[in-house]
Amino acid sequence: MFRPRPDSGRATVPVEVEGRAVRVPAGASAAAAVLIAGLGSIRDTAIGGGARAPYCMMGVCFDCLAEIDGEPNRQSCMVTVRSGMRIRRQRGARSVTAE
Amino acid sequence: MKSFDAIVIGGGLVGSAIAYGLANAGLNPALVDEGDVAFRASRGNFGLVWVQSKGLGAPHYQRWTRRSAEEWPHLAADLGERTGISVGLQQPGGLQLCLGDEEFEQRRQMMERMRSESGNFGFDYRMIERGELADILPGLGPDVTGASWTPYDGHANPLNLLHALHKGFLGRGGTYLPNSTVTEARVAPGDFRINIGADEIAAPKIVLAAGLGNAELAPLFDLFAPVRPQRGQILVTERARQVWPLPLGSLRQTQEGSIMLGSSEEDVGFDTSQKPEVMKTIAQRAVRSFPWIAELQIVRAWAALRVMPADGHPIYDESERFPGAFTANCHSGVTLAGAHARVFAPMVAAGALDPMMAPFSARRFPKNPDVPAAA
Repeated sequence: MFRPRPDSGRATVPVEVEGRAVRVPAGASAAAAVLIAGLGSIRDTAIGGGARAPYCMMGVCFDCLAEIDGEPNRQSCMVTVRSGMRIRRQRGARSVTAE
Repeated sequence: MKSFDAIVIGGGLVGSAIAYGLANAGLNPALVDEGDVAFRASRGNFGLVWVQSKGLGAPHYQRWTRRSAEEWPHLAADLGERTGISVGLQQPGGLQLCLGDEEFEQRRQMMERMRSESGNFGFDYRMIERGELADILPGLGPDVTGASWTPYDGHANPLNLLHALHKGFLGRGGTYLPNSTVTEARVAPGDFRINIGADEIAAPKIVLAAGLGNAELAPLFDLFAPVRPQRGQILVTERARQVWPLPLGSLRQTQEGSIMLGSSEEDVGFDTSQKPEVMKTIAQRAVRSFPWIAELQIVRAWAALRVMPADGHPIYDESERFPGAFTANCHSGVTLAGAHARVFAPMVAAGALDPMMAPFSARRFPKNPDVPAAA
């Protein structure tokens, strides 16, 4: 459904999206990596459990929430990819570390 | 000129609860709502149905708050049935956390005073020490010494409540007049005519529930409503899985999982701006209470103005000079919604406040020299 813009750089940065190895251009967002990986969704909503994919790509809609390098509920469109980044599905509401 | 059975001025939680109650009592009321130029305390509150700290030195206020908490389940069920809107009421009791030994001891003394003032009516509370508290609340911070508990407390979704009251009011045939600022009033006993821009409406009864606007409106009806703004700031975290089985006074987790951190009490006039120092204090206390809160993102924050009566206790009154004119003023529009819709409104519908409301009259205040004296 999505294609990189013609002016985007070569896909050189290796990341992992839901266990899938993909390469994305330097400077791209983690949300872009989700789309490049071809995933239909990256989170399940906190109440209804509905599937959601990155939408606004500018930090407003919160539909791109993902677990990035172990940290839950990150807005993936606001996070720039790094080599080796692990982007995982956000399943419902996050847990807290209260014991 | 349009005529109604009653006019309620103020479309926030207090006014719409009363208007809903009047419509349920079979009256044909009009609800006059100013619009987004108003301060809208009802859109900025915390959402507690909170009983345990209300009415120290004023047991009638504790009894009124308890009455409201008892009426709340009926109001919530009634609104759910009529409007299909769940107001998210939960009343599992509540805990107020204490940080340090001094806070715990002060709280103990306050709660014991509440109990002794309650007389035969009773006031059920427990001071829970840290060991037991840690079993109820996961991840308790080291500074927490304990908490006070009463079975009466709860919380709800305040925006859904406001929505449901409006929808229920309309469903009962009430007339809602939005974006309406009262520009003029002609007042006679049992005959009230209100100008809203170019329109005039009239009714034999009127209830002033305009929040901070009551201070200026009340004297037109020979009533007195000494209310002032008190700013409160709130922070809200991202949604998390449910961690607390009950609300904690200045902390609560909504049904959707957001954790709300409150709240300040600031006397700054009509200034609704947010202050980083105050937000920091709120966040620090929350993190001292539960260190894991520091991991959560803050996704929203706001400031709003409470409607604070001069002595902190609600003011309910009826005009002696102009029978049929009533006023309702309080800072607890959520907590007291049950009483407003199901106890206060029926009194207004019947034409007079019950004698049990006498201690809430503004006659308890020395008359403000700026307010014209009664004839």
